[in-house]
Amino acid sequence: MKIMQTVALSLVILAVLSATVFIAYQYSKPQPRQYLILATTTSTYDSGLLDYLIPIFESKYNTEVRVLPKGTGEAIEIAKRGDADVVLIHAKSLEETFVNQGYGVHRVGVMYNDFIIIGPTTDPAGIKGTTNATQAFAKIMQAGNQGKAIFISRADKSGTNLKELEIWARIGVNLSNRTQSWYLEAGAGMGTVLRMSNEKQAYSLTDRATWISFKDQLQNLAVLVEKDNILLNPYSVIPVNPEKYPQRNFKTAVTFAKFLVSEEGQKLIADFKKNGETLFFQMSRTFGKANQLGFPNQAEEIAWYDSQKP
Amino acid sequence: MNAILEGLIKAFGLLLSLDPEVYSIMFLSLRVSGLAVITAAIFGIPCGATIGLREFVGKRFLMAIVNTLMGLPPVVVGLFVYLLLSTSGPLGPFQLLYTPTAMIVAQLIMAFPITIGVTASSVDAVGKGLREKALSLGATQWQLTTTILREARVGLLTAVIVSFGAAISEVGAVMIVGGNIRWVTRVLTTAIVLETELGEFGIAIALGIILLLLSFIINLILTQLQWSGLRR
Repeated sequence: MKIMQTVALSLVILAVLSATVFIAYQYSKPQPRQYLILATTTSTYDSGLLDYLIPIFESKYNTEVRVLPKGTGEAIEIAKRGDADVVLIHAKSLEETFVNQGYGVHRVGVMYNDFIIIGPTTDPAGIKGTTNATQAFAKIMQAGNQGKAIFISRADKSGTNLKELEIWARIGVNLSNRTQSWYLEAGAGMGTVLRMSNEKQAYSLTDRATWISFKDQLQNLAVLVEKDNILLNPYSVIPVNPEKYPQRNFKTAVTFAKFLVSEEGQKLIADFKKNGETLFFQMSRTFGKANQLGFPNQAEEIAWYDSQKP
Repeated sequence: MNAILEGLIKAFGLLLSLDPEVYSIMFLSLRVSGLAVITAAIFGIPCGATIGLREFVGKRFLMAIVNTLMGLPPVVVGLFVYLLLSTSGPLGPFQLLYTPTAMIVAQLIMAFPITIGVTASSVDAVGKGLREKALSLGATQWQLTTTILREARVGLLTAVIVSFGAAISEVGAVMIVGGNIRWVTRVLTTAIVLETELGEFGIAIALGIILLLLSFIINLILTQLQWSGLRR
């Protein structure tokens, strides 16, 4: 028994020693990873755009891309912790803070589509045909306070959520379910919120791509308000700052961003259709449009990306 | 009800057609939960047996702690492991986040207290019944220990069965530390969440049925092991 105890003890000591050496070794040399981690939004992921674009990128550059589909807010937090190499998101205020705080570099516009206000086909708030999204929201609020309508919010810091809050802010309201029982805060993804809206015959804000993908499941809903400028929805790609996180794969992140804004990438995005409809529109190389959509440095950034090899 | 029938048919369709994505998801589920449970057993059963075999001051207190840890919400474990493995976290240099290894670590942390707790209480119960009889028949300490462990073997396998059930069915931890990346860290439970979000209820139910089938087959084997050689 003494022998077995000695053997067991030696094994434990050996294990602890090996673990310590291994840990010390890992700390001393940062490991370059062979794949790219892209943190992106559920709207880009669920639309199928990435399943279409990424294999082309992967085979062209012989690399692997791992996609983390999260809400914009979560994607940014993940990148801030250094757990992603590049983000593809759609929330201007969050993006600008991300860059200003030094977490991201070379933010550049990739594509855009638009948000739409959907709601019950019965339209109790009477917003159908309104061209001003802010006015439509005001009517929904009025109807809500009269008990005639419900609005469901993503309430998850997604790009869609932030746009929704931006519009409410224009009316000067700060909504919460505690004070406005008609305002439901789901804390869920777009697909779930759309289905909830269908079940409860509620109004909501959605990006057009997700609407197109899901509308067959949503018999009680219809597009009610669209094409206001405030509803434009630009997406940007931002590599994570290599000075903040040198252990990340900056080179491949830049290659990926460069691919998205290249003539080839832009054409692929413009050609992507679902149910015969185009989901995303190119804008990287139309500088006037890009400036309008909140990318004042687009020309400089495109020049920078064009100058990068490969 | 219709959706469930549709799911059943879809499940067999996916399995029989050897759909590569479904099989990749299945094998990852088995690999992650299997490794977590086996590792938890290798270290947890000796720990649990040691606690169960002896009487010592603070034994009840220790068991209370173990019992509390058994009920750790998986999503909390996931969050904790995420912060640990994140680039900004203490184990950042290992770059383990969003890999199957991270998922195994999270499930191991969940399975470990379950294994210790179930082992300790079953060894303790068996020991109480055996101790006096064995000692009065002239058994040595070593013989007593081995006899108790042999008799408690049903309980030891229960520990494995219970911790496997917890691991294979949990979704919070593996979602947070794995990221549900297609082909890489997607397991049955996280795939079900994704398909549900996309409104693909038929596929979601099919995956759920496959998960149950898998779990049943494993438990059939484990239960066989548990009761083999026991004639009551």
